[in-house]
Amino acid sequence: MDPANLFPLGWQHYLLGGLMIGAGVALLFVFTGLVGGMSSVFSSTWSYVLRAPYFQQARYTGTRNWRLVYAAGVIVGALVWWLGFSDGVALRTEVPVWALVLGGFLVGYGARLGNGCTSGHGICGLGSLQWPSLLAVLTFMATAFLTANLVAFWGLA
Amino acid sequence: MSGPTKMTPAMALVVLASGALFGFGLSLSTMVQPEVVLGFLRFRDWGLMLVMGGAVVVTLLAYKLAPRWLGRPLLGDYFHQHVSQWNRDTLLGSALFGVGWGLSGVCPGPALAGLGTGNTDLLWALFGMAAGALVQGLRAGRP
Repeated sequence: MDPANLFPLGWQHYLLGGLMIGAGVALLFVFTGLVGGMSSVFSSTWSYVLRAPYFQQARYTGTRNWRLVYAAGVIVGALVWWLGFSDGVALRTEVPVWALVLGGFLVGYGARLGNGCTSGHGICGLGSLQWPSLLAVLTFMATAFLTANLVAFWGLA
Repeated sequence: MSGPTKMTPAMALVVLASGALFGFGLSLSTMVQPEVVLGFLRFRDWGLMLVMGGAVVVTLLAYKLAPRWLGRPLLGDYFHQHVSQWNRDTLLGSALFGVGWGLSGVCPGPALAGLGTGNTDLLWALFGMAAGALVQGLRAGRP
């Protein structure tokens, strides 16, 4: 197969971006020993304001500070790219609001129930050769492929 | 994975820098654009595999080599591990996560990074994720 068909927009920025994401996770690990999945911050941050027992677990109360700093870093890094390395026009998306809210809800609920997302299971889990993470990745890839194509087929979004 | 992590200023700086590299990489690789992610999920552009592959390889090397070469992290107490289990929750959670991801083209990292690119539309996704994590935690009850 012609690579140009696989990557109509080019491939270099994908690979370079991926290596940088890995470098971020690696930097965090080498210096602090922490595992840098992203979805936990959505639970751990609730522990600041909610007394519900689930949120008061040590795995959230004990990690909420660094997770919040890590999430802030993600925004800062994107800001640096936007201001310094793009054309400076704010990005927009054509995905309708209902799909962003409902999709976001399922992403938040599912990632926390399944203990990981594309970075937690996908990058950190696969990076530590955890076979349950591989099964998790295969599961969400399958349902994501199915959903994205059905939504397009039905012309929903 | 659990246990409080004392945060010295040096550590906070490293955590911030790590997140920044992550966020820059997400932006450079255009993963912050839901359209690109949906293009992958609709088999039009395989770029996401390169992003994932590149990130996994670097992570794998760090997770394998750092404990061997360093013994302990440069600033922390010990090397943590991502412990995942395969059970009903992981299966159901991952399946639901995929449905949401396929619907919106947004996952947690890009939802945050997207804000740094001025994409305020993604606040809707971020709001959804916070609500989803809230409902999950309340439904879970006592751990």
